[in-house]
Amino acid sequence: MAVATEAITVRHLSKTYATRDGAVAALERATFSVGEGEFVAVVGPSGCGKSTLLKILAGILASSSGEALLRGTLIAGPRRDIGVVFQSPVLFPWRTVLDNVLLPVDVQRLGRRPHEQVGVDLLALVGLKGFERKYPWELSGGMQQRVAITRALVHDPAMLLMDEPFGALDAMTREHMNLELQRIWLERRKTVLFITHSIPEAVFLADRVLVMTARPGRLLDDVRVDLARPRPLDVMNTPEFGAHVRHIRHLFNVQGRIDA
Amino acid sequence: MCATSATSSTCRAGSTHEARPMKNVRNVAVTLAIFAGSLGAWEAIVRAFAIPIFILPPPSQVALALYRGFASGLYLDHLGYTLLETLLGFIVGSLLGFFLGTAVAMNRWVEFFLYPYIVMFQSLPKVALAPLIVVWFGLGLTSKVINAALVAFFPLLVNTMVGLKSADEDRVSLMRSLAASDGQIFWMLRLPNALPFVMAGLDVAMIFALIGAIVAEFVGAQRGLGMLIQSMNFNMDVSGQFSILLILSFVGLVLNRGIMLIRKRVMFWDPSEKPAIETSPEEAVPAAGRAVATPAKERI
Repeated sequence: MAVATEAITVRHLSKTYATRDGAVAALERATFSVGEGEFVAVVGPSGCGKSTLLKILAGILASSSGEALLRGTLIAGPRRDIGVVFQSPVLFPWRTVLDNVLLPVDVQRLGRRPHEQVGVDLLALVGLKGFERKYPWELSGGMQQRVAITRALVHDPAMLLMDEPFGALDAMTREHMNLELQRIWLERRKTVLFITHSIPEAVFLADRVLVMTARPGRLLDDVRVDLARPRPLDVMNTPEFGAHVRHIRHLFNVQGRIDA
Repeated sequence: MCATSATSSTCRAGSTHEARPMKNVRNVAVTLAIFAGSLGAWEAIVRAFAIPIFILPPPSQVALALYRGFASGLYLDHLGYTLLETLLGFIVGSLLGFFLGTAVAMNRWVEFFLYPYIVMFQSLPKVALAPLIVVWFGLGLTSKVINAALVAFFPLLVNTMVGLKSADEDRVSLMRSLAASDGQIFWMLRLPNALPFVMAGLDVAMIFALIGAIVAEFVGAQRGLGMLIQSMNFNMDVSGQFSILLILSFVGLVLNRGIMLIRKRVMFWDPSEKPAIETSPEEAVPAAGRAVATPAKERI
């Protein structure tokens, strides 16, 4: 892939944490790239360094060695051109829904006036029209996570980092949110790095699935998913979908890890 | 579930239950009956056993003392003075506690050098300082305000400290990922996050300030309700003392209500401050979400 179209480039990226029992490697020599506008899922068992990888890309954690580039520039600290969605919505209870969405605008002093309408439009896009003046506690878990996604999009970042964003939701809501995320992505075409430990979720959402091993996290495989979009939930019952899921699960089984 | 419907603007205003006012009237009636009953029993027991008035005065005598005190203007004068001491002490102590708490929470050097003294000072019963304060600052207003401030200062210090430090890690990560400065993290996250704690501290500090003022008046004063209790005690005017105690408990109640009103205003966003939207049991009990701002062992 040409350098110009690479949104994320990761080369030999390692992270070692110093603990009382010595150094623990969380991430070992990860190398991959994500193309502009691509939806890439990272799947792996708990403690495989998925979140570490995301924190390094978000610029809130320094790597031990190797390098990570965002649109060709080295990630050396927090950046303004990314949006992050965490496992929990992480909303501020003293801000209304719209004010929560506009948090990046306030922090980066982008000017409220021009962005207020952007926020309102984005909220409509995620199905929260009319909720602008509500407070987070008045919303359900799924709705709160949608606010978090809207917040990650409002300053029009180059890419979206999502760290198990639907992990805390119940199965029904989760499926629904997967459909919603696909719809939003088809409309906005942001580069997405989506971390999950659900294999079906990864296959359903992503163009490519990066498979990671358990600690120390290493890249095991890079699976291309060529299912037509928009994918309905029914796609999960097709043989192609099943083949992908089986293939990835098999990789984990060989590793002796089936808890993914 | 009107909170989740798009048309919930009607929710807050409407849907009060018809049964409520009736229930309230009955509750008030029962409360009044219990109050009147216990007063009557007290009066009856004092009369039946002929208990001397300088041991336990009947409620009628207390009421008489209360009336005379207010009619002569004596109580109002002293009450005003004690209130002034309390409020000034509260303001000074709270501000000091808030700023010092912020300094300790935000600067590790301040914490390192100051914290041992803070811990030492915390384990000291602060009312024991009152005699010294009066010696140093005289019988007037100053010594009372300083004593009240000293006692009120601590709950604010501790709660501000804990509140500022208790900002959720994920929220800090979010702010950092947005490239927020430390100042922005403080103003946009830590400070609002500390508010429930600060309000809980103010709640305690208000009552503590009253205690501080009264104790300092006991030690030596020319005016104030505490001084009045002291002088009534010398004269064996027990009815009078009871009437002052009554005033003090009422003052405490009013001050506490005042703080609660401020709290409601400041923490408009806190679900535990809202009246239950509907009276469904799941929604009416948001207490679990209330900030657990119980101050670490408060001592006076």
